[in-house]
Amino acid sequence: MIPVPPAIQRIPWKLIAILAGITGFGLLVLYSAAGGNWSPWALNQGVRFLVFLTAALVIGRFPLRIFEDFAYIAYIGILILLIAVELLGFVGGGSQRWLNLGFMNLQPSELMKVAIVIALARFYAQLPPGNTRTLTALWPALVMIGLPAALVMLQPDLGTALAICIGGVVVMFVAGLPFWWFGSTAVAGLAALPVLFSFLHDYQQKRVLIFLDPESDPLGAGYHISQSKIAIGSGGIGGKGFLNGSQSHLDYLPEGHTDFIFATMAEEWGLIGGLALLFGFFLLLRWSTRVALKARTRFGQLTAAGLTMTIFFYIAINLMMVMGLAPVVGIPLPLFSYGGSSMLTIMTCVGIMLAIENDSKTGTRRFH
Amino acid sequence: MPKKKSPPITEAWRGLTFTRRALVVGGAQAAVGVALAARMAYISVVDNDRYVLESESNRVNLTLVPPRRGWIVDRSGKALANNRVSLRIDIIPDRLHNKELVLGQLRTLLRLDGDTMERINRDLKAASGFQPVAIKEDMTEAEYSSILVRLPELPGIAPQRGFARNYPTGAAVGHLIGYVGAPNAEEYQKAKDPLYITPGYKIGKDGLEKYFQDMLKGQPGARRVEVTARGKVVRDLSTQADVQGKTVHLTIDADLQEFVARRMGRESGAAVVIDCQNGDILSFVSMPSFDPNSFSDGISSSEYAWLRADDHQPLINKATRGLYPPGSTLKPMAAIAAVEHGVDPSERHTCVGGYRLGSRFFRCLGTHGSLDMPSAIMKSCNSYFYWLAHRLGYDAMAPTARLLGLGEEFQLAGSNQRFGTIPDSAWKMKKYDQQWSASDSLNAVIGQGYVLANPLQLAVMAARIASGRRLYPRLINREFKNEPLPFSPEALAVARQGMDLVVNGAGTAVRSRLPLDGITMAGKTGTAQVRGLGTGNGKSGTWKFRDHGLFIGFAPVVNPRYATAVVIEHGMGGSRAAAPVAKDFMTFLFDREKAMEALETFETGWGGTIKERMDRDYAAWKAGASQPDPGLPQ
Repeated sequence: MIPVPPAIQRIPWKLIAILAGITGFGLLVLYSAAGGNWSPWALNQGVRFLVFLTAALVIGRFPLRIFEDFAYIAYIGILILLIAVELLGFVGGGSQRWLNLGFMNLQPSELMKVAIVIALARFYAQLPPGNTRTLTALWPALVMIGLPAALVMLQPDLGTALAICIGGVVVMFVAGLPFWWFGSTAVAGLAALPVLFSFLHDYQQKRVLIFLDPESDPLGAGYHISQSKIAIGSGGIGGKGFLNGSQSHLDYLPEGHTDFIFATMAEEWGLIGGLALLFGFFLLLRWSTRVALKARTRFGQLTAAGLTMTIFFYIAINLMMVMGLAPVVGIPLPLFSYGGSSMLTIMTCVGIMLAIENDSKTGTRRFH
Repeated sequence: MPKKKSPPITEAWRGLTFTRRALVVGGAQAAVGVALAARMAYISVVDNDRYVLESESNRVNLTLVPPRRGWIVDRSGKALANNRVSLRIDIIPDRLHNKELVLGQLRTLLRLDGDTMERINRDLKAASGFQPVAIKEDMTEAEYSSILVRLPELPGIAPQRGFARNYPTGAAVGHLIGYVGAPNAEEYQKAKDPLYITPGYKIGKDGLEKYFQDMLKGQPGARRVEVTARGKVVRDLSTQADVQGKTVHLTIDADLQEFVARRMGRESGAAVVIDCQNGDILSFVSMPSFDPNSFSDGISSSEYAWLRADDHQPLINKATRGLYPPGSTLKPMAAIAAVEHGVDPSERHTCVGGYRLGSRFFRCLGTHGSLDMPSAIMKSCNSYFYWLAHRLGYDAMAPTARLLGLGEEFQLAGSNQRFGTIPDSAWKMKKYDQQWSASDSLNAVIGQGYVLANPLQLAVMAARIASGRRLYPRLINREFKNEPLPFSPEALAVARQGMDLVVNGAGTAVRSRLPLDGITMAGKTGTAQVRGLGTGNGKSGTWKFRDHGLFIGFAPVVNPRYATAVVIEHGMGGSRAAAPVAKDFMTFLFDREKAMEALETFETGWGGTIKERMDRDYAAWKAGASQPDPGLPQ
């Protein structure tokens, strides 16, 4: 046997295979969605993936300590950016979600999905175990989640606000806060749904109502859901074949390369393609859950669990949306949908978790 | 370190809790994943059929190709209604995004006038979704290609190469054939046929076009194309040809029909010609008429208003919908009734210029002296028939009138008839609750008073007198028994002899003898006073108050072949207005060249053919209508 050099061994080949598998499949779908063409989407996406993958591998080499130390600073910085976006939107009139940095449009709300998890993880890592069941463990976390969530809701971006809340709440949950707090909040939340509904914007309310009855508006807002279900349903078990999807190629499926890319895929690859993709995501989430369980520090544990949830939330909401189980909220499918923002977020998560994984290999388990 | 309740919270406990809860979260995630997989399997396997269907109906656009309509032909196969190639463009409202811009462009390119723009805007408002709205039909090649090259800048515009209904003789067949038109919303609701909202598809709206709709319509073709969501055609999938509708054969003689219509000239009236051998209607004319081509292309509101404003009523089929007092044309019928009731036709009555009934004196138009029955018909002597009617009573004559077809509604394809009145004592009792009087009989026998008939009935009467058989009028080849009438040959002979004398003896229509060797026409003139006579004596004055002129006749006198009835509204008398028309078209049946010569002379005097005159009148009316005081035509 040829001895494998340690430098090569240290590269997480399995993870890269999973990520490349999912993204590569996505590239094929983008190639087909463009009518059998590498431009405008597939090539871009492929290059972007390589850049972000490299970045994630580099981030993975950072000592975990750095993330913990900069957690609060990052959180506060991004919070300020969110406020800045809000103010700019107020000045410019209408809603705004990004800051133009000249070379790219930065969406602070995307970064916040990651920052909230790290900040809360640090908070609970520093919390004395004895305070776990006291209000001291609760209110700072609620404030930390509530502020950015409210700012993002103002944009208004329901999907991202939910993602921030979910990421935060999961960190709180795995941190060991009393079970009944979550239970009773869930019950209270259900009861308050009608009130919350009335706080939504008109177009958001409409989306929810149409989700409940898509046929009520087959040519309007319900069009997305109807056409997506037609695409998935007409694919059957084996699909219509590569490059043969009529729904996407004839433009019946809106956003067929971004939010509804799963439908584009399912039309051509069928149930088999769908299950294969789900299996890919399962492998990714299994890896990240293992990272959480094996993490050497409490910060690592909580961060990995929270980030796993963040990735999972993307996948679940997107798939529920395209299959008509959730309202259209505009959340892309990680690694699969065309677009830089979500890939940046996901790869950041992956990078941080790689750092956690590397950290767990370096020393003995310790908690503080 | 634990501050509060048991169990003490330690780092070890916290680590355990983390593991447990992380597994709970992971388990929940896995459960959601399984649920998503199940959902996907449900959509793509269980509901697969449904979604495949929906996907196909998205992808494939079925365009119906309107079938070519069946022809309507005359007895010798000559087309009365056929189809011609029509280039057209439509608007698909759902795909029209910049309405003002597109309509403005079309208006300039196609030089559409205000009428058309108004109609398009109205149709666009009423149209729903993908129901196309016609912009222009019958475009020239140049116009059509001017649109084709600009198609990319005109979203929502759909060019089509199709067929349009064509009536070669135009107004001459207006009332006979009817017309076709695009189905309206109500008709679509009723039929629920997608063909009804296909542009270029026309259904019969009136007359024979409506009556024979099922036969004429044919089966649509279909063109399956793959389209994008924006309606752009990607490729043709399959095309199925249409099946043309069946041909309807009429008994009409197209040449005669056109000749009669043209010979009516500027008059308002109707003329019907019937074949005495079998009841075939050879000509069925009501003038003035409308041009069915205009209706079939979608008539403009101003042209329609012009037709409505005309006091000659071009929209009414006077051959079946016009009721007139038949006047003296009923005298041959009265003669038959009298002979049947035992009056000797050679018995003479002396006309002293009228007939005294009690204290009233019923005037005759002349003082004819001593007359037998045939000469009474010849001279159209009222006194003689007053005498007969007083002697027999009208109850004795009314059944004869009915046997000859008066007061009868005929089962005739596509016609809408008003069948008039043949009065008798029972009828009057029922209608007015009054006894029948002798003066009622006197009025009725000269075709005035309560008596009303339409031109078709008068033609049937002429045909029955001429043939001695109960001929039933027909426009298509239907079998009728046409059994002999229950009259004695003597009675019919007297009537025919009288009618022969009218034209060829010393009667009222001697000026209308046929200019032919060996062929003569028999006939009877009639002059009907217009009710509510206000001014004049019916022979001059305002057109509306002049007498109607009527004529019934048949030719040849021996072995009659053709029978006819002509009504000229306000023509001031049968011998003056109606008989000369009958003379010319009867001549046409035996000698076409001679008749055409006469017609062309007339038309020069009238100012051209029907179409030329109509076009000129319409232009003049439009010019006049825009002025503050539109004068009545004529």
